[in-house]
Amino acid sequence: MSIQRLALSKFRGVIPGNPACSGCPHNIGLKIVGKTIGDKVILVVPAGCTSIISGYWPRSGLEFPILHVPFASAAAVASGLKAALESRGENGVVVVWSGDGGAADIGFATLSGAAVRNDDILVIVSDNEAYMNTGVQASGTTTWKALTTTSPVIGKTEEKKDIALIMLLHKVPYVATASIAYPTDLAEKIERAVSIRGFKLIHLHSPCPPGWRFDADKTIAIAKLAIETGAWILWEYNNGSFKISPQSKLYADKSKRKPLSEYLKMQGRFMHLTDEDIRGIENKIDENWKLILELEKYYSTKR
Amino acid sequence: MIRKALIGSHAIAMAVKLANVEVISAYPITPQTIIVEKIADMIERGELKAEYIRVESEHSALAVVYGASAGGSRVFTATSSHGLLYMYEMLWWVANSRLPVVMAVVTRSIGPPWNIHTDHQDVLSVRDSGWIIGFAENVQEVLDMTLQAYKISEDRRVLLPSIIALDGFILSHTSEPVVIPEPSEVNEWLPPRKPLPFKVEAGKFFAVGNLGPDDVTMELRWYIWRAMERAKYTINEVSLDYAKRFNTGSPAGLLETYRTTDAKYIAISMGSWSGDIKEAIDILRDEGYNVGLIRLRYIRPFPLEELRDTVSSAKALIVFDRAVSMGHQGILGMEVVSATNSKIPVKNIIAGLGGVDVSHHDFSNIIRGFIEEYESGLSIEWSIPEWYMPWMIKESEER
Ligand code: SF4
Repeated sequence: MSIQRLALSKFRGVIPGNPACSGCPHNIGLKIVGKTIGDKVILVVPAGCTSIISGYWPRSGLEFPILHVPFASAAAVASGLKAALESRGENGVVVVWSGDGGAADIGFATLSGAAVRNDDILVIVSDNEAYMNTGVQASGTTTWKALTTTSPVIGKTEEKKDIALIMLLHKVPYVATASIAYPTDLAEKIERAVSIRGFKLIHLHSPCPPGWRFDADKTIAIAKLAIETGAWILWEYNNGSFKISPQSKLYADKSKRKPLSEYLKMQGRFMHLTDEDIRGIENKIDENWKLILELEKYYSTKR
Repeated sequence: MIRKALIGSHAIAMAVKLANVEVISAYPITPQTIIVEKIADMIERGELKAEYIRVESEHSALAVVYGASAGGSRVFTATSSHGLLYMYEMLWWVANSRLPVVMAVVTRSIGPPWNIHTDHQDVLSVRDSGWIIGFAENVQEVLDMTLQAYKISEDRRVLLPSIIALDGFILSHTSEPVVIPEPSEVNEWLPPRKPLPFKVEAGKFFAVGNLGPDDVTMELRWYIWRAMERAKYTINEVSLDYAKRFNTGSPAGLLETYRTTDAKYIAISMGSWSGDIKEAIDILRDEGYNVGLIRLRYIRPFPLEELRDTVSSAKALIVFDRAVSMGHQGILGMEVVSATNSKIPVKNIIAGLGGVDVSHHDFSNIIRGFIEEYESGLSIEWSIPEWYMPWMIKESEER
């Protein structure tokens, strides 16, 4: 989907002035969901920032049909809803719009169940790398060393779990990573995903100004730096083909990447890092690249 | 109309089939398993045209049927004990969303220790959640109450989910002769579900469950409370209509009375052991005691008016409880005391926890003792419930 087509789409989806913080990544992601598949979509939203962004009755912060559901239930509710639509021959793209907690932590068993059944739903995990709605507590996807309100001094001591790869190994037809800084890539991935029958998941990198402690006008800049430093890798798995997306491809070559400290230094959550810590994070990024490149190779020889 | 020997679990499955349920989801737990195995079998054989969604937990089972019900389908799930507790959060979500989900709860004790036998602790732990809760006495009633649950829950005056509780093994795994209504007659009586109170659809901007002012939350609770009150009438209406049409022999209404007309002493119970209590009542009547039984068919909504009317000229009541509120009394005992405004002395017996068997002889002995205590002025000691554990008396006598 071209940037022009995105811009021309009349679907509102996200209402200006809704309760999201300024610079909120969810608003950006939801806008793209609306502009690509808005007229077909029903959102299932577990507890999280989007529960608030959705607005205060009788007003509305989002223009979508929305089922708000308990934290750990979203994928299962979506499965049931899709079954109801199918049993009466109705159309509708059922999309779980979830944060990291609702997908990778408390909602993980449910997500896994829906993936195993290969239910015809799209799950978008808008990952802001902590429990932001409750005040920035560490989650399973919080980066190693990041400061949160439950890792306030030395930072998170555990690894970030890779929910996209975990879901890939559920052997579902479609899994991709995306970034709110690359709207056309995200839009294309959403469009491809919904054209496929079965379980689809998009893991969306969503920098959060108050949670990561940066100024609200830097959301896109930081999301972009995550790609340019190689810290976040865009890839797409589609029915047996695994490809690093063009926006990230360049950075497979480490010498092309911007220095990691540029990305980290902009975020208050990493302000306490020593040079050694930064090297530690860099090593983890290098390891991740190795794995993703190996996967790309593996799937290309498999075909 | 045909007569057939069915176990309780198969009677539920039969009711699900007769009701043309469209989406079923469940997670296996003993002793609920046979229900969902039978339904899965009926679907795979093409006898029931429905979606069966195999989930990874009870929380998801209720989440799936919640989603399907929000999409307009008629749905069913079933569970027991720990499975019901694992659903707890979703139970409230379903009730507060006013979706007419129907669920069978095969009652089972809660661990530890592990125990698969019946008591009522599991289902009564969801008493306050906004679900209609019915208790079956026998397999016929299991079938009848399940079918009626759809009609009651989907009634626009009600729009609340329903639980049908049946005692684990005693009803779920025991075969009894059952009258099965004719499918065509059921279809006429129970048409396809109208998608009330709402239906989520693509292109229709409508949020279910979003934030709002606090007074809206309170007002919505009030609507549920009023719907529960109205459900009393709907239950009476639906069960009377059902009894007339299908003539299966199950009583109608929120409670059943047994030999209470002139009774001075009345026992109160729920569930399958009510059959044993009826036998005890017969024995005691033969001995000249003026006793009867009230069996609650529904504990939510609570049959306040009917209960008050029936006990109005009784001298004393004895309540048999298969569940207890730790730190207070038996749960049914508390309900009866509050319903009678403490005007009539109530003896509360806690028995049969963890599936401990209580025979009709036990019941007749207990009731006889209760009458003797009352007549010798000992009812003053009834403020504390009595735990019926005859093996402990035997042990202490041996010592
Ligand atoms: S805390 Fe972060 S993710 Fe949540 S609304 Fe604010 S900016 Fe958006």
